[in-house]
Amino acid sequence: MEHTLSAIDEDLALLTREVTDLGEAAVTQVRAAVDVFLRHDVDAAATVVAGDAALDQQDIEIEKRAIRFIALRQPMADDLRRPIAAMKMAMQLERCGDLAKNVAKRVAVMEGKPGAAEAKAVGELGALACDRLATVVDAFRREDAQGAMEVWVKDTEVDARHDEVLRGILTGMSADPSTISVSTHLLFIAKNLERIGDHATNIAELVFYQLTGADLADRPKL
Amino acid sequence: MNAIADTQPETSILELPAERTKLEVRNLNFFYGGKQALQDVSARFAGNAVTALIGPSGCGKSTLLRILNRIYSLYPGQRAEGQVLLDGEDVLAPSVNVAALRARIGMVFQKPTPFPMSIFDNVAYGVRLYEKLGKTELAERVETSLRRAALWDEVKDKLRESGLSLSGGQQQRLCVARGIAVKPEVLLLDEPASALDPISTARLEETISELKRDYTIVIVTHNMGQAARLSDHTGFMYLGQLVEYGETEQLFTSPVTSRARDYITGRFG
Repeated sequence: MEHTLSAIDEDLALLTREVTDLGEAAVTQVRAAVDVFLRHDVDAAATVVAGDAALDQQDIEIEKRAIRFIALRQPMADDLRRPIAAMKMAMQLERCGDLAKNVAKRVAVMEGKPGAAEAKAVGELGALACDRLATVVDAFRREDAQGAMEVWVKDTEVDARHDEVLRGILTGMSADPSTISVSTHLLFIAKNLERIGDHATNIAELVFYQLTGADLADRPKL
Repeated sequence: MNAIADTQPETSILELPAERTKLEVRNLNFFYGGKQALQDVSARFAGNAVTALIGPSGCGKSTLLRILNRIYSLYPGQRAEGQVLLDGEDVLAPSVNVAALRARIGMVFQKPTPFPMSIFDNVAYGVRLYEKLGKTELAERVETSLRRAALWDEVKDKLRESGLSLSGGQQQRLCVARGIAVKPEVLLLDEPASALDPISTARLEETISELKRDYTIVIVTHNMGQAARLSDHTGFMYLGQLVEYGETEQLFTSPVTSRARDYITGRFG
């Protein structure tokens, strides 16, 4: 049902659109970072690094809009949960942008290419984390609490994949100590990607909270 | 929307434990002549707490309040069915002494209703009816009541002036002082701040917050911010029914029923 004061619906729609835009921008940045890593494209990496500033600005704008909405509209119930969730989601998405930027920065400073097997494994971890993020942004846009919960339930998959990737890299390092410099970058890149998965899980909790008022963190994962 | 958010009950009523209950209504129905204004309302109100009743005009919230101290019985053709239990005793029973009941359950109305007499006598009036106090004791009672109503500092030098000379906000706090001077157990407030400016409203809200330490307070308000600020429990009424009654925090952050949610977020009708 629509609000009697229609400006409230307009404000909320705008807030939702801005968070969705930031979410899509974050997904694009993460995907691009994984891509430049796989192609070891130093020039494109610089573009990803430069692109992060826009996400920071979007986060600031969302926070301002949410505070303004709370102050002027004095919302209650789900109307109150929306600006709160929007602010927190924007913060998480902005952090995903930072992590994508960190990945791209490492591509530029890596001395040489990583081994093909390790690079492939890190790339797959990146694709998985990126998929989680894209799915939860989509669940937010569609107001789909069930979809958000599914992302949240699958949170351990990214962690498990990260552990596997880590073991592979460490094994390679001990087998051939000359790869240590490049592989150290790989370890950090993998960690950054795993953190993006964590942020996707946090966003899933926020989407679920916004839509239902309930806290997923209180629930068992299965 | 989706399956998770759609599983909402029609009504949701807080089940307060008996030991925290001061006042309880059971299967209450109320009629203005042939028109039914309350439908089977059951709820327990907590002692030493503020309970707010909210809902659109005509939903029955003031009606419910007016039953609690039987003030409705002053009007012909009005009839209540069911039970109102004060400490387990039915106040609707014919044998109850209504005057004594109203000393236990005080009421403050929407518009300030000071008597046309001095500030002092406004507060002392009820005390003189129910108790035989000495001059000093009576003066103490008046002072304590005015202090608790957060009015003392503003009127202590003009206690002999007419209660009608005060501002609207002061008059309303005078009525609160008058209400608490007889040491009631329950205080009913019917939109007590609707005619007050923001500063007077804040003072009255502070007074109510202080008073809940000693009293059971039920307040009817159209101001949802006020209900959220002041109350421990909130009941949302609609078309003579109690639709959702629960912890205030729950009701204003995650209401359980869609009707309460639509009302408090301004999506009604």
